Amino acid sequence: MAGQSDPHLSIFTPAEVEFLAEDELVEIVPNIRMDALNMICGDFGPFFPQISTKVPIWLAVALKKRGKCSIRPPEWMSVERLTHVLEAERESPREFQPLPFHYIELSKLLFEKAHDDIPDIYMVRSLIEDIRDVRFHKVEMGLEKISGRTHAVKLKNLSAMEVNIVRPFMVRALQAFYKHGSPEMIPQPELTVSRTQVLDRGPRVGFLTVAILRPHRFSNIFLVELLKICYVILVLIVIK
Amino acid sequence: MESQLGGRSEEEEVAAAMEAQTDVDLLKKAWRNEKAAPEILQFEAGLVQRAREQIQLLEETVEEFTENRSDDLVVPLYQMDLDRALFLLRSYLRIRLQKIEKYKVHISKTNLWNRLSEQEQRFAKRCIDIMEKHLDQSVLSRLPYGYQSMLKQSISSEEDDMVPEPQLNTYVFCKSKSDVGAFQLDDMGEEIVDLVADDLYVLRYNSIKGLVDGGRIDLV
Repeated sequence: MAGQSDPHLSIFTPAEVEFLAEDELVEIVPNIRMDALNMICGDFGPFFPQISTKVPIWLAVALKKRGKCSIRPPEWMSVERLTHVLEAERESPREFQPLPFHYIELSKLLFEKAHDDIPDIYMVRSLIEDIRDVRFHKVEMGLEKISGRTHAVKLKNLSAMEVNIVRPFMVRALQAFYKHGSPEMIPQPELTVSRTQVLDRGPRVGFLTVAILRPHRFSNIFLVELLKICYVILVLIVIK
Repeated sequence: MESQLGGRSEEEEVAAAMEAQTDVDLLKKAWRNEKAAPEILQFEAGLVQRAREQIQLLEETVEEFTENRSDDLVVPLYQMDLDRALFLLRSYLRIRLQKIEKYKVHISKTNLWNRLSEQEQRFAKRCIDIMEKHLDQSVLSRLPYGYQSMLKQSISSEEDDMVPEPQLNTYVFCKSKSDVGAFQLDDMGEEIVDLVADDLYVLRYNSIKGLVDGGRIDLV
């Protein structure tokens, strides 16, 4: 995500989220005969022509690339199901419809590598994009409702990629609210004016990050509002 | 060799099947938790050891295959599996090293030290020594008396206030594996959250530390 001041807040890069998604099982129809594969991540096969079997998607994509199989699109990726999900998403403004946790990564992989195995691929693609838009819009609406009284957020049925995109902003926002809204002082070393100056010039990155998250040492509310606006703009830019 | 490999992984599979999880799944879980948690978690010595053994075995197998067969199909697939497992292991160790580097003094002064493996402890000690020497030579020895400590701002400080600590009250995304029911988030009993299995929550890490340690909640 561009403009992240603290790269550690986004925890996983999108590539790593995709890596996690690649272990999801998908059905393939091999067109060759191959012995069983005994791998560290599990045992798959043996493979017989025209007999479908389940393998992780990274393996399926590798076989597909070499022309050794065709991939069967998962059940949830049919035009019918997706239209149904899209309608349901539009009708329920506060809930997310149940979708596979890695639906974004899976659909992207399948579109890129197995586009001839998916019937009506353009329709499916546009449906998934619409679903993503509607869901993310709901996330943005939900973000507006976070207040000082929010102590936990429930995000039922949100998917992995959506979580990863919204994570930095949400964590920072909740933390800022917690620090400002908390009735008691956060336990920290006593801050007098002279010590504040020493801390600012401290050589350790740890204190700099801590300083950013404790804006009450500076002109507090204004800075937090400014940060919030910047993050909302950044989130919107990324989504567009 | 192939049947040996098959036999061994079958045994391990049966054992792992009792928990219905392969070592790769466990390593993935440990990696995710470690990445998302603000403080360093317990080192999974057994898991890392097993993973290393399996990876080594697979490496040897792949070497043999490349020499004996000219099978263009199977070898790259095994190689990919090997690469994936290696990436997980390395990333897990790397994120731990990152945390150790960041919070080395804090870790060495609390019981978090016990969460490190032997090699990590040696690494942390060397890191601290190097840092101390460097700060001393470049800055601290030239500061006025009373301000020369790496740990305290000045002699008059009561505690070690120059030591960065991990932010334990940061928010994390998590999923519970089973219903935990009504869960108290803070000491004052004001914040109660109903944790249902497989729902995604954003909570303060402090509140669920115990559950994460016990393996009942996964960080996402």
